[in-house]
Amino acid sequence: MSALLEVEDVSRVYRTGGLFAARRVTAVDGVSLQLEAGRPEILTVVGESGSGKTTLARMILGMVPPSTGAIRFKGKDLADIRGSRARLAFMKEVQPVFQNPFEAFNPMKRLDRYLFATARRMAGVEGEAAIRDAADGALKEVGLSLAEVRGRYPHELSGGQLQRVAIARALISKPALLVADEPVSMIDASLRASIVNLLRGLRERRGVSIIYITHDLATAYYVSDRILIMRHGKVVESGEARAVLDDPQHPYSQLLKSSVLSPEVPPTGAAFHA
Amino acid sequence: MSEPVLTVSGLRAWYRTSAYGVSREVRAVDDISLSIAAGEIYGLAGESSSGKTTLIKTIANAIQPPLEVLAGSVVFRFGDRPVDIHRISREALGKIRWKHLSYIMQGSMNVLNPVRRVRHTFFDFAFRHIGRPKPEFLQVVRDHLQRLHLAPDVLDAFPHQLSGGMRQRVTIALATVCRPEFIIADEPTTALDVVVQKGVLAMIHEIQRELGSSIIFVTHDMAVHANLTDRLGIMYAGRLVEEGRTADIFRAPRHPYTAHLIASLPRLGDTAPKKGLDGAPPNLADPPPGCRFHPRCPRASDICRREAPPMAELSPGHRAACFHPEPERPA
Ligand SMILES: Nc1ncnc2c1ncn2[C@@H]1O[C@H](COP(=O)(O)OP(=O)(O)OP(=O)(O)O)[C@@H](O)[C@H]1O
Ligand SMILES: Nc1ncnc2c1ncn2[C@@H]1O[C@H](COP(=O)(O)OP(=O)(O)OP(=O)(O)O)[C@@H](O)[C@H]1O
Ligand SMILES: [Mg+2]
Ligand SMILES: [Mg+2]
Repeated sequence: MSALLEVEDVSRVYRTGGLFAARRVTAVDGVSLQLEAGRPEILTVVGESGSGKTTLARMILGMVPPSTGAIRFKGKDLADIRGSRARLAFMKEVQPVFQNPFEAFNPMKRLDRYLFATARRMAGVEGEAAIRDAADGALKEVGLSLAEVRGRYPHELSGGQLQRVAIARALISKPALLVADEPVSMIDASLRASIVNLLRGLRERRGVSIIYITHDLATAYYVSDRILIMRHGKVVESGEARAVLDDPQHPYSQLLKSSVLSPEVPPTGAAFHA
Repeated sequence: MSEPVLTVSGLRAWYRTSAYGVSREVRAVDDISLSIAAGEIYGLAGESSSGKTTLIKTIANAIQPPLEVLAGSVVFRFGDRPVDIHRISREALGKIRWKHLSYIMQGSMNVLNPVRRVRHTFFDFAFRHIGRPKPEFLQVVRDHLQRLHLAPDVLDAFPHQLSGGMRQRVTIALATVCRPEFIIADEPTTALDVVVQKGVLAMIHEIQRELGSSIIFVTHDMAVHANLTDRLGIMYAGRLVEEGRTADIFRAPRHPYTAHLIASLPRLGDTAPKKGLDGAPPNLADPPPGCRFHPRCPRASDICRREAPPMAELSPGHRAACFHPEPERPA
């Protein structure tokens, strides 16, 4: 079986701080993972805030080069994807959903324009009507419609609506790999369930592989095939999702599991009223 | 009971836009009344696009066209004089903000100035209010950041050098470092892992206890409400449909929408998603007549299709807007 994605011992170092107090941050520290081509799966990445999840995602999307290590998509090293044609071909197949849609969208640009541009450039759809249909179809998958989004700017939608537009946009080019960075963080449980089902459907019916970054262990439990748990740039535990979450081995994984708030009012009143 | 710190009466705030020659009114806040006491944590929940953010924007007077307040009032009582926040001067509003009232916007990581180091943003917003010499001020800020599990070096960073959850915590730190009497927070913990989230909630609660502050805490995460809030308001399609003590609402919700919400909460270990609500959230530019929930409601009857149910007190301190509420379940 050939590999769809190979991430090989990848690290990323950033320099920050003032002129005199330069610091090195190892955002991602020696991470490896692999997705097989003929076996679509949902690989969930959870972990501490600041543990390198977004940095890992950006490297897989070819937006940030690794400091060391290599990433290959369908056997081709991302470092060798040069020129706009090659880049476009890659983006058609590997689509992002960025963390925090309020930051991801340009506030001055109408949302329908994003969708139309994606349909035209990434999915090669031609003709106005067909482009509109492509956008409308993708929006309907996430419980919205072009009629609702038409002509509106990012700040004119609610957080959950904007997040769903971001997911819809990523679906238009029918990618082989979706890299979704906290795609449902602003969406209520009921809608979240339908979007998570959509992700499952994409994997089952369209053979899409998904890297799903989240803080929501409950959805991670039922939607993921595999899980990686990150802390301080390193993968501290990984494996079959339910096995890991049922019986976490690493102390950090255990802490994470035990910190999940239960949706019940504690008998003594609110938990922090102690 | 003492005078409430916040009294919202008959509030109606709509977005009025026109696009493609069609004008539309999005009725995001439609006739909402509520009040909040000193020292109370009031939670606001409801599905995506039900109007939570619009309601608190209106309460904080962060109103920008096309949002318009059509009716009602928002009255705060800091000290002993009541102020209608929609009827005071810009200067007076500026004074109230930060010192008395702080508002953490949804997705507000983007309020951080991208070209300035975080430390400068703290100086811009908080230095004046804290009124201490520079080194002491910085120590206050560092200590405060630490309570949010942030290392002091975030002060030297530019916003883009921080992760999403780190930026979210920086904005929480900015909004709380001056220890305001009234905190309005819109989904402030969505980008945090559960361990850090717990720490942040504990810090917010601690400040609230030390100062007797009041908080409006908006989140779709019902587990956060269960563990943090004293009272809970549930919104559906621009209306407040239920309100009561958090424990009562979790134990015995009366509005059918709330009942569904509580019954379908996800838990770690579920092997399939709980069933979502049938049908889509209503379009607020053209909401269903009568009760806005009726097209998706298992208990709907004729009257629900014709008339909007008023908010009514069903048991002490527990209100719901429903002609056929779920049965009362005594504790
Ligand atoms: N452009 C950058 N320059 C400097 N440091 C950076 C940059 N991007 C990320 N970092 C640092 O790298 C570390 C990992 O950040 P990253 O955004 O990958 O975390 P994350 O796991 O996605 O966190 P969160 O859950 O909060 O989104 C953090 O310490 C962050 O400050
Ligand atoms: N500037 C605007 N112009 C027109 N409509 C708007 C504007 N801002 C918000 N809306 C609409 O108002 C309705 C309520 O939005 P609001 O942001 O208050 O919802 P919310 O309950 O906070 O949702 P979420 O949980 O997704 O953040 C939505 O239908 C939204 O599309
Ligand atoms: Mg991130
Ligand atoms: Mg909102």
